[in-house]
Amino acid sequence: MSGENPASTTEYIQHHLQNLVYGKLPEGFERHSEVGGEVLSADTWTMAHGASEVAAMGFWAIHVDSMMWSIGLGIIFCWMFRAAAVRATTGVPSGFLNFVELVVDFIDGTVKDSFQGHNKMVAPLALTIFVWIFLMNLMDLLPVDLVPKLLMLAGVEYQKIVPSTDPNITMGMALGVFVLMLYYNIKIKGVGFIKELTMHPFNHWAFIPINLFMELVGLLAKPFSLGLRLFGNMYAGEMIFILIAMMFAAGAGTGLLSGGLNAQLFGEDTSGIFWLVVFILVCVVCWLNLKEKISTGRTVLLTLGLLTVAGGVFALGGGLMQWGWAIFHILVITLQAFIFMVLTIVYLSMAHEEDH
Amino acid sequence: MNINLTLFGQMVTFAIFVWFCMKFVWPVIIVAMEERQQKIADGLDAADRAMRDLEAAQNKATDQMKEAKQEAAGIVDQANKRANQIVDEAKQQAVAEGDRLKLAAEAEIEQEINRAKEELRASVAGLALAGAEKVLEASIDDKANRALVDKLASQL
Repeated sequence: MSGENPASTTEYIQHHLQNLVYGKLPEGFERHSEVGGEVLSADTWTMAHGASEVAAMGFWAIHVDSMMWSIGLGIIFCWMFRAAAVRATTGVPSGFLNFVELVVDFIDGTVKDSFQGHNKMVAPLALTIFVWIFLMNLMDLLPVDLVPKLLMLAGVEYQKIVPSTDPNITMGMALGVFVLMLYYNIKIKGVGFIKELTMHPFNHWAFIPINLFMELVGLLAKPFSLGLRLFGNMYAGEMIFILIAMMFAAGAGTGLLSGGLNAQLFGEDTSGIFWLVVFILVCVVCWLNLKEKISTGRTVLLTLGLLTVAGGVFALGGGLMQWGWAIFHILVITLQAFIFMVLTIVYLSMAHEEDH
Repeated sequence: MNINLTLFGQMVTFAIFVWFCMKFVWPVIIVAMEERQQKIADGLDAADRAMRDLEAAQNKATDQMKEAKQEAAGIVDQANKRANQIVDEAKQQAVAEGDRLKLAAEAEIEQEINRAKEELRASVAGLALAGAEKVLEASIDDKANRALVDKLASQL
């Protein structure tokens, strides 16, 4: 199911884990393209083609896909909650507003439970973190090949649609939290913060270096664990989706009914459009069921039928496994967003406490 | 899988979204929710108060009802008594009237009897005289005989 006839599964995986990168290629770098090699005469800002160029760009590069998806999802979050905020009245809430208020109330409760100080920023921060990370994680539930494949048809070479599988994104947020931690530590405690770093846990001047070392490690571990935990969980989840997709991609081509159909329509390779059509058909069936136009039993039958026709027995197995993993992953997605939020609240709460 | 500018891009984005949420989303929703909470609490209070008022009013109504019933019973009693009284009075009056009528009738009867007796006496005297006249075929001194016969008649 991967891009341009993947030579091997390794390539398929590598392709999936490659960000769309815009960055600066250094002077003297030799680019390899279809037309032939080209040596750059000056530093060039450009889209990277392949992992070697990305490596050459080093720090001066930006993951366009991660940023776009993360900003886009952030805007969706802002728009959704702003729309709810505009509609919020003291009257009887309904529908969408109910849902938003449920989330806000839940966050408010969590913040009140674990944050003792007075700070107007913590609750909105927690809300932003929770919903934004949840939305970013949610991208994991889109079929792994769907968006990259479509964008490839549109001419975009690489695409990673789950921003939270990018360590830059998770560490960026964790560093943001870290900056806030330092700011409030210094603002609230002042000199007390330095005292905390130097005179704790051994309250004697001779132990200052040891104390400082231990406390600094503890302090720095917080943002790292925060960012890497989210990244690790999401990356592993995405990896498993890719592996399942890969395992059954081969089988799909030899599916019972679709094998011939696929070969007739697209030749050896199963085209993304084919999968898109099937995906849309299944979505339509589910939508009809939601609108109560057809019964649930018939929905299941239709979906199964569609999947059978589309991918044959192997693909159906793959579909079921993807589906099963997706259901489990919903839990992971929510849990990780929640953990990130709770830890942020706790860290900031610790920054506000005078006595350690 | 390398750290690059994206890191700072995300930090800035993060800051902007948190700021937006803090400025335009959170306070609005929280204020609305708190106000609604207050409103609901007030409403529940008012409902409680109304409930208590209702109970008091019901108690009052029950009391008044009892009172009214008692009053009504009293009135009915009185009316019954009065009715009995009136009936008794009427009965007594009727009896008295009857007695009076009876007495009057008796007196009249007596009078009639007396009158009849007088008449009878008068006619008996005449008849006796006429009879005697016829029997005796003699001229008798009407005056002397009449006195005699009157005396006889009064002895009847």
